[in-house]
Amino acid sequence: MDNNRKYILQFAIILVGLIYCIKLFQIQFLDDTYGPAAEDNILRKIRDYSYRGVIYDKKGRLLVHNDPVFDLMVVPRQASVKDTTRFCSLLNITREDFIVRMETAREFDLFQPSVFMKMLSMKDFARFQDFLVDYPGFYPQARSLRGYNHSSMANALGYVGEISKRMLENDTTGSYKQGDYIGISGLELEYEKELKGQNGVKYKMVNVRGVEKGPFKEGKRDTLSVAGLNLTATIDLDLQQYGEWLMEGLAGGAVALDPQTGEVLSIISSPSYDPASLSGRRFSENFAELTMDSLKPLFNRAIMSVYPPGSTFKPLQALIALQEGVIQPREQIFCSGGLVGDHAPAGYYDVFKAIKMSSNNYFYIVFKRIINQELSPNTFIDSRLGLEKWNEYLRGFGLGQPVGIDIPNEKGGQIPSPQLYNRIYGEDRWKWSTINSISIGQGEISISPLQMANFAAAIANKGYFYTPHIIKEIGNTGKPRPEYLTKHYVGIDTVHFAPVIDAMESVVNEGTGFRAQIPGIKVCGKTGTSQNPHGEDHSVL
Amino acid sequence: MNKIDWLVVSTYLVLVLLGWLNIYAAVYDEELQKGIFDLSLNSGKQFLWICTSMVIIIVIMTVDFRFYDSFAYIVYGLIMLMLVFVLFAGTKVAGSTSWFSIAGFRVQPSEFAKFATALALAKYMSKVNYKLSNFNDLLVTGAIIVLPAVLIIVQGDTGTALVFGAFVLVMYREGLNPTILVIGLIAIALFVLTLVIDQKILIIAVLVVGALVILLGKKKWKRIATIVAGMLIVISVIWSVDYFVNEILKPHQQNRIKALINPEADPLGYGWNVTQSKIAIGSGGLLGKGYLQGTQTKFDFVPEQSTDFIFCTLGEEQGWLGTTLVIFLFVFFMVRIVHIAERQKETFARVYGYSVASILFLHFMVNVGMTIGLFPVIGIPLPLFSYGGSSLWAFTILIFILLKIDAHRMQVLVRH
Repeated sequence: MDNNRKYILQFAIILVGLIYCIKLFQIQFLDDTYGPAAEDNILRKIRDYSYRGVIYDKKGRLLVHNDPVFDLMVVPRQASVKDTTRFCSLLNITREDFIVRMETAREFDLFQPSVFMKMLSMKDFARFQDFLVDYPGFYPQARSLRGYNHSSMANALGYVGEISKRMLENDTTGSYKQGDYIGISGLELEYEKELKGQNGVKYKMVNVRGVEKGPFKEGKRDTLSVAGLNLTATIDLDLQQYGEWLMEGLAGGAVALDPQTGEVLSIISSPSYDPASLSGRRFSENFAELTMDSLKPLFNRAIMSVYPPGSTFKPLQALIALQEGVIQPREQIFCSGGLVGDHAPAGYYDVFKAIKMSSNNYFYIVFKRIINQELSPNTFIDSRLGLEKWNEYLRGFGLGQPVGIDIPNEKGGQIPSPQLYNRIYGEDRWKWSTINSISIGQGEISISPLQMANFAAAIANKGYFYTPHIIKEIGNTGKPRPEYLTKHYVGIDTVHFAPVIDAMESVVNEGTGFRAQIPGIKVCGKTGTSQNPHGEDHSVL
Repeated sequence: MNKIDWLVVSTYLVLVLLGWLNIYAAVYDEELQKGIFDLSLNSGKQFLWICTSMVIIIVIMTVDFRFYDSFAYIVYGLIMLMLVFVLFAGTKVAGSTSWFSIAGFRVQPSEFAKFATALALAKYMSKVNYKLSNFNDLLVTGAIIVLPAVLIIVQGDTGTALVFGAFVLVMYREGLNPTILVIGLIAIALFVLTLVIDQKILIIAVLVVGALVILLGKKKWKRIATIVAGMLIVISVIWSVDYFVNEILKPHQQNRIKALINPEADPLGYGWNVTQSKIAIGSGGLLGKGYLQGTQTKFDFVPEQSTDFIFCTLGEEQGWLGTTLVIFLFVFFMVRIVHIAERQKETFARVYGYSVASILFLHFMVNVGMTIGLFPVIGIPLPLFSYGGSSLWAFTILIFILLKIDAHRMQVLVRH
């Protein structure tokens, strides 16, 4: 008998034991992929979506609220649909659609849930819910969509949508995940940080069939969602709807401000759309339709369209001239009517009469006095210095740059500067006579309805304005953003406003703006007609 | 009584106890709040099996030690009859007709065939003038082993049948020509290589190696002919493996082999068991998740978690320390049994002892190996650890017959 054979079996036993210990050491200690894989198996991450803040109007009526919806989630590995026909008819989808959706979910991850069907309304979901037990691997995820009790103010409110890949990549806060909703335009975008709140996550253990087995580690890793802040707007929904009714069928923008606070009472862009159409499952179709619309309903004309102000610009010219001392309040200037075409007859005009009658010739002369103050014997240099000064005043009124309203993408319009004319005509190749069309608000000058409302407010306040804003209260602070609490002085002394305001009052009561009369309220205004669809503005004192 | 090998007895008890605790952990459900003795749980039933095993031990130890030698063939014959009988009267469970259902409990005769075969083999190999080099002796020996294996395969339980391969180790110890073993090992190596490496590449490699051997060695006709013949055999084996896997094996058997080679290729299909088993064990880490704290096994990610995959519960909850300790216990247990076998004066006792060690070794190697992805998934239990009455009884009988014989080793007259 071979004596070595006595030991071979013992040797083999020890060898196998050793190999197994080493292999186990590798699996259990060196390889750290199994731990996460095990958690992947049993953990179901349930996003606890935060409640997005709602927006109230100034009287406490809801401008934007949340509607509960359900995303139907699926864990492909656990999903089992025995009767596809009933399943599909419950969800109102075709069999092909079902197959595509399942395949998409499977490709995403077999063990982790993904969205099978988005945004089922309460009604749709209720129909499906009774049968949910028959479909293991499917479960609902509560979410909310923006809802509206009215169809107003769509452009200013903006809309909320699913975060895009690019937005996710650019997100530096790291607080967004795929499938999250984010404010995309209007107030929803501007106040995204405040409205959003914080999503939470719950970890639940599930067995291989997807049956929940209670919280993971007693819920130690769970986080609760934090609701977003509610906002209160300065908008009066009634006034807003009245304004929109007035603007129906017209293309243009209008803004009504409370001059004492800078609060926007209504902000109208026409034509508009129903804000509800950009919330929910039909978002993509509706969005495409709105984008294709030749009337551009998505374009917020109140802040993004700029028009030459026309005659509405005249009070500003008067104020600048008074401040510069180039005219006196009662100074009579003879206007022959020959300089430029005019509705106003020839004769003597002072500031009051010129504004009331909207005399083009008067403001030609006034503008020449502002521009050419004979600071330099060279008429070109003189014009440049004059224009610089003039430009400065207008910037003080918030023109030529965005005013800073709390809606993104505001346009600043254009107030001509020496640089602009240098570009157009060449340096020292232009003088008053080259640019005089801007004296009556025509030519290279453009402002938005918002800016127009804003300078009117500054006139009403006799020299200052608050930056227009739509949100007057964030959360329960009682306050808007701090920048909306500072007065901006326009750089014109209070005394100069009296004749201008008087004139504007008479415009409404006796002059070109008689249609804006409101019994019992002192209304001041200035009409204007220029080549573009007109921007209307009123300021209430 | 003081002749009993208490080391083996105590290790046996420790393993049975640990197994029982792990069975409870595998089926434990926090929500149900059922105790370890609850008869609706596998742990409660296993407790009954353990108690009855104690009775069996007492019976075995009281029976005269010469009984096993004398009645070896009768026991073997009876069990073979049961193996045949079960084909007609048995209950089909998971595709195998290997169970008798008696009063709610199920008995699996194939488990008992192991010790019966061991007894018969020991009896036959201890006959006068027995020589493995004698063709007739070899033939009968082979028949004793192959008969139960074939009957079990007919029942549809290939896994259990494979265990009878363990007797090759016994035959080797008793003087089997090692060339047979070597050829067997080469065949296995080729089999694995064919599955892992592309067939064409493998054939080219064989041809190149063969050509080199011919060119570098002496150029004698006879030698070249032998090498060419060898190459032809190897190539035909490679071809036949392919044929064997794709044509002869059943799909679920093919999948078990594929799962071993590359479980990641289809983690939800044929790779599921291996993948989940490794996840469960691997997630245990160094120290484990703690007793009853495992999740993979309890939430049914691991299949058969209280029977064939009981090692996963251990790995997940007790970590590397736990698995290493249990492996150490098994290795110690088996080495000790080989030691006992070697100290027998009688061939019968030695062969029987070797059979016990070999069967335990094969079970251990295949069962633990499959849970960590080193062996294909073959449904055989981890001895003494896995849930199952037949299995526990059969191993208890297997081991304690040896202990009984060993206790009386000084009383036998040795023939030479």
